[in-house]
Amino acid sequence: MEAILDIRGIRKNYEDLVVLDHLDMQVKSGEVVVIVGPSGCGKSTLLRCINALERIDDGEVVLDGKVINPQDKQLSKVREKIGMVFQSYELFPHKTVLQNLVLAPVIVKKMDRKEAEKEALRLLERVGLLSKQNNYPRQLSGGQKQRVAIVRALMMNPEILLLDEITAALDPEMVREVLEVVLDLAKEGRTMIIVTHELSFAKAVADRVVFIDGGRIIEEGEPGDFFEHPKTERLKKFLHSFAYE
Amino acid sequence: MISYFPKYVEAFWLTVRIGWLGIFLSIVLGIVSAFTIYFRIPVLSRITGAYVEIFRNTPLLVQLFFLYFGIPKLGLSVSAETCGIVGMGLLGGSYMAEAFRSSLGAIPKLQKESAEALGMTSFQAFFRVILPEAWILSIPAVVANVIFLLKETSVFSAISLMDLMFTAKDLIGLYYDTTEALFMLVVFYIIMLVPVSAAGSILEKRARYKMFGE
Repeated sequence: MEAILDIRGIRKNYEDLVVLDHLDMQVKSGEVVVIVGPSGCGKSTLLRCINALERIDDGEVVLDGKVINPQDKQLSKVREKIGMVFQSYELFPHKTVLQNLVLAPVIVKKMDRKEAEKEALRLLERVGLLSKQNNYPRQLSGGQKQRVAIVRALMMNPEILLLDEITAALDPEMVREVLEVVLDLAKEGRTMIIVTHELSFAKAVADRVVFIDGGRIIEEGEPGDFFEHPKTERLKKFLHSFAYE
Repeated sequence: MISYFPKYVEAFWLTVRIGWLGIFLSIVLGIVSAFTIYFRIPVLSRITGAYVEIFRNTPLLVQLFFLYFGIPKLGLSVSAETCGIVGMGLLGGSYMAEAFRSSLGAIPKLQKESAEALGMTSFQAFFRVILPEAWILSIPAVVANVIFLLKETSVFSAISLMDLMFTAKDLIGLYYDTTEALFMLVVFYIIMLVPVSAAGSILEKRARYKMFGE
């Protein structure tokens, strides 16, 4: 299968600090790639570079054979194809759940509002939040907000979904309800890149796990090998920091 | 007391008219200034920044004197009423600019990014997401400014506009009936302002309910 996303030697600096150091990565259609690594290793920056929220200093990101160019007037067209969910949900606080979901399809895709609402309700039902359609974001729990945020990204029917530490701000008992939605999407064959600190979730959902440190890929592999037989010292040390025995 | 009444009513409408025209002008000026500063438009943002600082930090009375006595020196004739409206607009504009600018600045950058990540252009993200949120945030400050500006109309008497304050002073001068004249003055200011602050609270409650609840 051909890669739908091809990251070629991207480099990103913040002044003197190298955040991404000539990093290469390919993602195939239907593949779920989980990125793990210590804080500040460049995982989130990598996701932000993919949809050009962050400028890259070198290299290129290619989606569907087309280079994503931050200066492109059509950048918003490219971003339609890349869904993103943030750690802090970023729902629009002045709009109800339903309005949050239909806004982009209606004004970006010029979808009929009734159609968009129908689709929104179908997806809300799937994540168990149909009854919350007319609530404002402030009336939802963190886990509910994050499920709405996932649905909002799905509403654009993106080719690839980027999930940036989506459970990091949640209480432990809410983590599961969000991760179950993601597992469900993986089963459905969604292409996803997931940045997370939930290693057991990574094991369950990933086709491939990638360990990044210092802006480079240190090790990658399918979850079984990755977690049971890490090859590099750095990954061993990283995995060890999660264990208590 | 009854005989003063028509004079006060006349002064009341003059005050309301000048006050609200000035407020309308101040909102327009405030929005324009806040946008130029928020978008860091070269040159223009410097000019509006200076304008805001100058007008926020000088008294309305001084500004009115400059307009009323200064503009005729340039060979232009302006009525006291125009001076009042423009003066109020300029002073109010600097306050409104700060209210709008600070609310725009209070919307997290991630809101814009999440809108853009959904495929919105930066134009759409601004008008559909950032601006409506900022508007809701700015309502309390805008309502406070409106009430403040309506009270500032009392300064108009200094440039011979026959507003409420002028009328009261005039009547006191004519009849030495200080208590009654001042009493009527207070009553008319209350009539002018109570509906505004009531409407302001309703507006505030309705708009803020979405984002902040009761």
